[in-house]
Amino acid sequence: MSLKTSFICESAIAIRNDILSHEAEIESLDRAIGDGDHYVNMKRSSEVIAGLVDELKPLSPDEALNKIGMKLLSTIGGAAGPLFASFFMGMAKIVKHNGASNPLETAAAFAAGVQAIMQRGKAELGEKTMLDVLIPTSTTFTLSAAGDNKVTEICKAVKAAADQGLENTRNLVATKGRAAGLGERSVGHLDAGAKSCQVMIHAVCNLLLKS
Amino acid sequence: MKKFINDVNHMLTESLSGFAAAHADLIELNLEPNFLTRKNKSKNKVAIISGGGSGHEPLHAGYIGYGMLDAACPGQVFTSPTPDQMLAAAEAVHMNKGVLFIVKNYSGDVMNFEMAAEMLPFEHATILTSDDCAVINSTYTTGRRGVAGTVLIEKCVGSLAETGADLKTCKTFGDKINARTASIGVALTSCTVPAAGRPTFDINDTELEMGVGIHGEPGRRREAMREADAIVKDMLDAILADLKPQKNQEVLLLVNGFGATPLMELYLLYNSAAKLLNTHGIQITRSLVGNYTTALDMAGASITVCLLDDEIKQHWDSPAHTPALRWGI
Repeated sequence: MSLKTSFICESAIAIRNDILSHEAEIESLDRAIGDGDHYVNMKRSSEVIAGLVDELKPLSPDEALNKIGMKLLSTIGGAAGPLFASFFMGMAKIVKHNGASNPLETAAAFAAGVQAIMQRGKAELGEKTMLDVLIPTSTTFTLSAAGDNKVTEICKAVKAAADQGLENTRNLVATKGRAAGLGERSVGHLDAGAKSCQVMIHAVCNLLLKS
Repeated sequence: MKKFINDVNHMLTESLSGFAAAHADLIELNLEPNFLTRKNKSKNKVAIISGGGSGHEPLHAGYIGYGMLDAACPGQVFTSPTPDQMLAAAEAVHMNKGVLFIVKNYSGDVMNFEMAAEMLPFEHATILTSDDCAVINSTYTTGRRGVAGTVLIEKCVGSLAETGADLKTCKTFGDKINARTASIGVALTSCTVPAAGRPTFDINDTELEMGVGIHGEPGRRREAMREADAIVKDMLDAILADLKPQKNQEVLLLVNGFGATPLMELYLLYNSAAKLLNTHGIQITRSLVGNYTTALDMAGASITVCLLDDEIKQHWDSPAHTPALRWGI
């Protein structure tokens, strides 16, 4: 498994398709404890990036990731814009320096992207945000890749980590993001941002499992 | 959902175009990236730029003009604008005395303005407004939200900048007003984000949402609907506990509508709040009542109290000429 530009492009299409097919679920989560704009933003941004594919194709993987980051920064707005942009730009930096020609290097790039989100959002694990999916996913990805597992096994482990991370947000009290104002009332609901990340991680893993 | 719409995707552009056309004497509009600037620019002052999600009109573009803002960056509905808008706006209005961002404390706005500030080639500073005392401040949360009190800060800091004050002085003044201002909102109905097409939250006829934010995000608690005096008492209790005013303190009282509550009810709330503040020995010497920081079509209102001093009074009273606030000029 190496991170090629063609795979980044296929992922962009797969992510858009899966975000659109999970509309009802994501939207109802955001309506419960968010402010109702999360799905609209995810839809707009995933469509914009899928529409960017022809421009991405001639680029190197790090250039493609960086371009996705810059495009997200000028398209999404809200908290999601800078956070997702930081992810792709953080990932691009590591891919440029170290490459991503095997699962372990790709996991390191993913981890750098997650780090960038943590810094920009000043958030950690357990605050009922997308990081509750991304951090355990990143850890599992790194451990599984280091264990010399096959790509199919890595993907299954990563999907399971994303599912568990999402489920964990149910009983958390939101301390970051729009649901933070709710305090205890946020308990009992899954976080919409965490759900979107779980959907996107599944989309990319399913792509790898198919090939 | 029943709203005046041609195409939901063009709603923002059409509304901004209408706004710019209606106030062509005061405002210039740039599209892609979206920002609005003041037509009759002052010569040499700190450039004051604000911005935020759309749906809070007249905040912020309605406050562009003499004595208030130099530019505003409107985002999509309830969604922060993006750094490219802020950079383009700063480029258009800066006058070599620095750029001052006025930003409501919502994580999206904070992060986007932060990334813009990191890329800005000019001297800059940011005032984060956080007047909403419904959200309890703690190290574990994003903190208090910036709501209707932002209007007072845009008015007074805008006035100070007009005197030629430097960037640091303007920022310090804004921070001072923010520390002396507290707001709390109550929703009677939800708002409907046009792109979503349905109400953001469910609330029935016997309930109200105490401490609601200006995007319809829930607040302190869901409570039973009751008479106006009792609601106002709970709102002022929260504000007074936060500001702890001395006896005989002079204050500015702002009763702000969220978009679907008639002025008649806003004045009724003002009457109720004024009586209560009087019984606490607090003197209301400045007032503002109307729709100044809205939440689309939400029914409800917020109360804002600002502890005045001579400097704040001077800059509140000074002339301003903007689409939404105009006096003395």
